[in-house]
Amino acid sequence: MNSEPLLQVKEITKTFGGIIALSNVSFNVNQGEILGIIGPNGSGKTTIVNCVTGFIKVSSGSIHFRGREITSKPPHKIADMGVTRTFQIMRPYYSLPAYKNLVIPLFSPRARRTGGWRGGGKLGDRNTVGIDILEEIGFERDSYVPYKTTSSLPTGYLKRLELARCLALKPELIICDEVFSGLSMSEIASMVPLIERLQMDGITLIMIEHRLRELFQVANRIIVLNFGEKLIEGSAETVMADPRVREAYFGSQEVEEVMGHA
Amino acid sequence: MNTQNRKRRKERIDRGIKVRTDSLYALMSWREITYLITPRFILIVGMLLLPFIVPGMYWQRVISIVCIYALLAMSFDFLAHYVGLVSLGGAFFVGTGGYISALLNTSLGMNPLVTIICATLLGGMFCTLLLLPCLPLRGVYFAIVTLMYPLLLARVIEALDIIGGTDGIIGIDSFPNTWVEQYWVIGVMLLFLFALRRLVNTDLGLVLRAVKDNDQAVRASGMNIIHYKALAVLIAASIGCMAGACLVHIYMWAGISTFALDFSVLPIAATVIGGSGTLVGPVIGCLILVPVSELLRDFGTLRIVFYSLILLGFIVFRSEGLMLYGQRKYAQFERWTTI
Repeated sequence: MNSEPLLQVKEITKTFGGIIALSNVSFNVNQGEILGIIGPNGSGKTTIVNCVTGFIKVSSGSIHFRGREITSKPPHKIADMGVTRTFQIMRPYYSLPAYKNLVIPLFSPRARRTGGWRGGGKLGDRNTVGIDILEEIGFERDSYVPYKTTSSLPTGYLKRLELARCLALKPELIICDEVFSGLSMSEIASMVPLIERLQMDGITLIMIEHRLRELFQVANRIIVLNFGEKLIEGSAETVMADPRVREAYFGSQEVEEVMGHA
Repeated sequence: MNTQNRKRRKERIDRGIKVRTDSLYALMSWREITYLITPRFILIVGMLLLPFIVPGMYWQRVISIVCIYALLAMSFDFLAHYVGLVSLGGAFFVGTGGYISALLNTSLGMNPLVTIICATLLGGMFCTLLLLPCLPLRGVYFAIVTLMYPLLLARVIEALDIIGGTDGIIGIDSFPNTWVEQYWVIGVMLLFLFALRRLVNTDLGLVLRAVKDNDQAVRASGMNIIHYKALAVLIAASIGCMAGACLVHIYMWAGISTFALDFSVLPIAATVIGGSGTLVGPVIGCLILVPVSELLRDFGTLRIVFYSLILLGFIVFRSEGLMLYGQRKYAQFERWTTI
């Protein structure tokens, strides 16, 4: 296996006017792993997604994917290389039926080049390939759900649709921006095996999450962010044992109180 | 009486879903095929028969103008409701297409039908090139820029006194005869109408609609939205330039009044009363608005007042547009039933 990391993020800094959203954040993502990024609200998690996928430009630092620099490339070029993302606030095409949502990524140059899903889709029927992908991601094929207008679907399906849009591109790296948020416990429970299967299929994932319990089930490595800085990196146990992480989440005073009680 | 009335109510039943899907299912019976074909058949045959039905040369000319406005309205509807670019560029397209066609005809002596096709292609490219810088913008900016160009070009022609200046270009060949003129504009109009309807339902058309719905997701899918917006503008501008080129050959004159804002505004009004997002609606809107405008000439100065009242009536009482209303009613049965 190639020892070079799939994605290399080196000392990226992003400032919005006077606000420092990210300062000198560096991390690597290895081929085939699931990297979790956690942190309190406003710690810069979504900014990392936006920087890596090119939706906003970094102020300084560099991002390499497979050794090639993608720092200042436009989003469609980065997606074309196989780095896809989901949106925290779902962005499906609301006026179209669910399966037609996938016709659009299947029309993209990358999907045409890679032959769409399972070899179909180059000149084939994108509708059928779209329904195949939806079935893969947990839509019931023979029900009416894939044919319903997207705006009438519940949140659980919309989150899946976000993932399906990434899968249509045959991605190498998927950056999931809070795919578990807003879902019920049973919906999350059905989502976890899906994530595990994507990893088994050889797709690398970065998962930004607030649902720590479910994230720790699937993630191989965790990065904790606070106020735009990387606090710590490591396995779930080491991360949660670190007092700085507790401080970031609960505040220093409470930690002292909790410690005092214990 | 009162009790009898109470026992009756109007019942609305939707037609079978298979008919409304427009797909292969519709071919299962003659009844369903007829149901689908009738409206299209009425439109095509009606348009083709119109030059014979109307009395006299004057109204034949009105039909040509209807078709020209219909082309502009279609191009507006396509851009606004399938790509999300609200364009006020009717005047820009008409002026560009008109001048290119006029120049090709007067200086190179090309046949009108050839110049119209050349003006469609060249004008489409010219307009797209000029509009390219504002394509990354969203919202009202595109509308402002498209409104600015016709004003700008008209003043440039006037101030520099180039290509005819304020007098315009005279001595442009007309169509060989009125029948060629009539059937050329009607044919072109029907051709672009059905081509656009087909385009918006292909996979490419879906991508264009997705750009309107959610451009960020399209970028995240690895597609350059500027390319697709430029392609859509090229199509719409070409249609508009075709309209302008036809207009110039009908009037045998091209001047700075081809940049008049009527060409931007009337198509929008026609789209609103015809039903936006249907592509046929704008054509129907033009079929109503343009002849009404001619009929009201008898009222002299009050013409604009009556015209505005008619528009107002449509907008207040049929705000969804005639075509959408018609489509809804056509897909339903209505009958009185006793309870």
